Amino acid sequence: MRTALFVTCLNDALHPQTGRATVSLLRRLGVSVDFPPRQSCCGQMHYNTGYRKETAKLARHFVDVFGAYDEIVVPSASCGGLPSEAYERAAQASGDAGLLRDVRAIAPRVHELTRYLTDVLGVEDVGAHFPHRVTYHPTCHSLRATGLGDRPYRLLRAVDGIDFVELPAEEECCGFGGTFSVKNGAVSGAMNGDKARHVRETGAHVLAAVDNSCLMNIGGRLTKDGHAVRPLHLVEILARTRADGPLADMPVARNGALR
Amino acid sequence: MSKTFMGWPAFPKAAETATADGQLRANVRRATHTIRTKRAALVDERPDWQDLRDTAAALKDDVLAHLDTYLEQIEEKVTAAGGTVHWAGDAEEANRIVTRLVQDTGETEIVKVKSMLTEEIGLDGALAAAGISARETDLAAAIVQLGDDLPSHVVVPALHRNRSEIRDVFVREMGKHGRPAPEGLSDDPEELAEAARLHMREKFLTSRVAVSGANFMVAETGTLCIVESEGNGRMCLTLADTLISVVGIEKVIPTWQDLEVYLQLLARSATGERMAPYTSTWTGVTDGDGPRAFHLVLVDNGRTRALADPVGRQALRCIRCGACMNICPVYERTGGQAYGSVYPGPIGAILNPLLKGADDPQTASLPYASSLCGACNEVCPVKIRFTDVLLELRHDIAEGDAKVKHPAERVALKAVAGAMGHGALWNAAVKAAGTAGRLVPKNAQLPGPLRGWTDSRALPDIPEESFRSWWKRTEGGTK
Repeated sequence: MRTALFVTCLNDALHPQTGRATVSLLRRLGVSVDFPPRQSCCGQMHYNTGYRKETAKLARHFVDVFGAYDEIVVPSASCGGLPSEAYERAAQASGDAGLLRDVRAIAPRVHELTRYLTDVLGVEDVGAHFPHRVTYHPTCHSLRATGLGDRPYRLLRAVDGIDFVELPAEEECCGFGGTFSVKNGAVSGAMNGDKARHVRETGAHVLAAVDNSCLMNIGGRLTKDGHAVRPLHLVEILARTRADGPLADMPVARNGALR
Repeated sequence: MSKTFMGWPAFPKAAETATADGQLRANVRRATHTIRTKRAALVDERPDWQDLRDTAAALKDDVLAHLDTYLEQIEEKVTAAGGTVHWAGDAEEANRIVTRLVQDTGETEIVKVKSMLTEEIGLDGALAAAGISARETDLAAAIVQLGDDLPSHVVVPALHRNRSEIRDVFVREMGKHGRPAPEGLSDDPEELAEAARLHMREKFLTSRVAVSGANFMVAETGTLCIVESEGNGRMCLTLADTLISVVGIEKVIPTWQDLEVYLQLLARSATGERMAPYTSTWTGVTDGDGPRAFHLVLVDNGRTRALADPVGRQALRCIRCGACMNICPVYERTGGQAYGSVYPGPIGAILNPLLKGADDPQTASLPYASSLCGACNEVCPVKIRFTDVLLELRHDIAEGDAKVKHPAERVALKAVAGAMGHGALWNAAVKAAGTAGRLVPKNAQLPGPLRGWTDSRALPDIPEESFRSWWKRTEGGTK
């Protein structure tokens, strides 16, 4: 079994700690993971903005880089979902029958990380320890497009020491939406403002999600407004063990009671 | 002269103004959340809800696939029942037909049943230009008309107004168009409803011509159906001598049994009620009961254009319940007028470009008026996949036939894709980002189109060492 990490371009450049946490967690669970260095981007920004021919080029690149692997694990619901949601239509738009065949073959082998943990590895308690107050935002892609359901919550609730609080109006979009956040900055900002307010209402010190793009959006607002809630990809919580102790500069949850 | 959306700014510009309006945001938020909550409770009590949605979608798809046959059936049955059927290719032709039909009666004061299609084609303005005053009788539509305002919702056109704003409109305007508002009118909902009732009753009793739309047309009998909450529509449908119904060609359903499916879905989705208070049906004319003349004007106005789009045609399943706008986080912050059309929200973002083509900047801005969150997909009673259609329309603008193009964006995204597909170039780009990260302050304002990000957010920290550099340096974390 050959397993590759597709870290995503955003995580590669802006959130390397998410990639490192993924590698460390998977190793702890006995999965030897490879990082093919020619990987780049899934093409989501291109696809969602309408550029299918450009997406097809990136789909071809994805197939070239990852075609030889049995499993491709992705710490992002939106980037991990793209091969099965978009590559067929991109291949059709570019009229490339060979690519169509290849993307159909690779799509079922691409796994979003939390689903990989619960459904492929069959684990919920990954041996994590995280004694802090955490809230969780189910990103639109994880909630509605890929239907992760309660998988992330099951993983979080099994974390030793965690003080988990539910986020009010959690199912509502944070307003990121890729190029939407730039093309429609005013509406996006208004949606994000409400999301950031709900995060603050929980009193959590950590905001978790399975997409760093959305976390970057909400975190950008929290920072601008001067709030110290730390956005963390879910895997960065799951990767920590008792040996790591609590995070520095962050209040420790006393009872570690589940809510 | 009634106000129209002519010359309306593109969505981002209109949304900038709307999101800055605190009163508007509060009104829209309160109203959408109220309907949303009521709807959710009623949907939960139906274990067969998903089956109903599947059936409703499949029935409409069948109708759309055989639209020609069903429309001929409607024409035949309506004619046999004593009605007259007219065909209109576009808004102008429909307005011309209705204007002539009213002129033939010699009347200059007529009443209207709330209808999205007559809003779409701008019928009130066309009639006014011919010296005919058409008064809206749906309470919310009347509030919009009296206030020379624009609609912001398909079910509740005055959703953007609160009751004290409505009181002001009644006091200021009612007297100009008939019975004035009672002295000392307060903003108590019951008092407002009574003022509207008195004002409108005068219209019902004196008008001899009524114009309506229809929620459904049943092909097997040539029956039209209107679903409403107030009963004002039924007053128009039954008291007028001449009834002119202006209906989009996609509104046909095959049989009465099919109507059962939609009536269960519509009221729950639209207003959060198990059943609408008034469901009126009529078939042609009946001696001694109701109108003596009945005209059905069947309108295309871009519907065959939408039908030709294999992905977009599902938008023609729409039954105008408004559930998509009530759940939409974008609509909640902008209200409906920002969409520059009588069809706002997710359905407006897809229907307008499908009917008209994304050939002007306003219409072409609509497919981008969405974060693609997909909440609308889940509530739509006829299972329109809004996000699929939005992506298809964006593709049409980026690489297809739409006349509006974004050349700078195209060049930029093409260049990015080029680098991403090239191992060494991409490696260098990721490295350069790390270097740039040290130079850009966190509170920087990005230039040009990227300003949309920094207006309300800090920039993320850009770490000096990328994941790929870490992997290389540590040999995958082993050193």
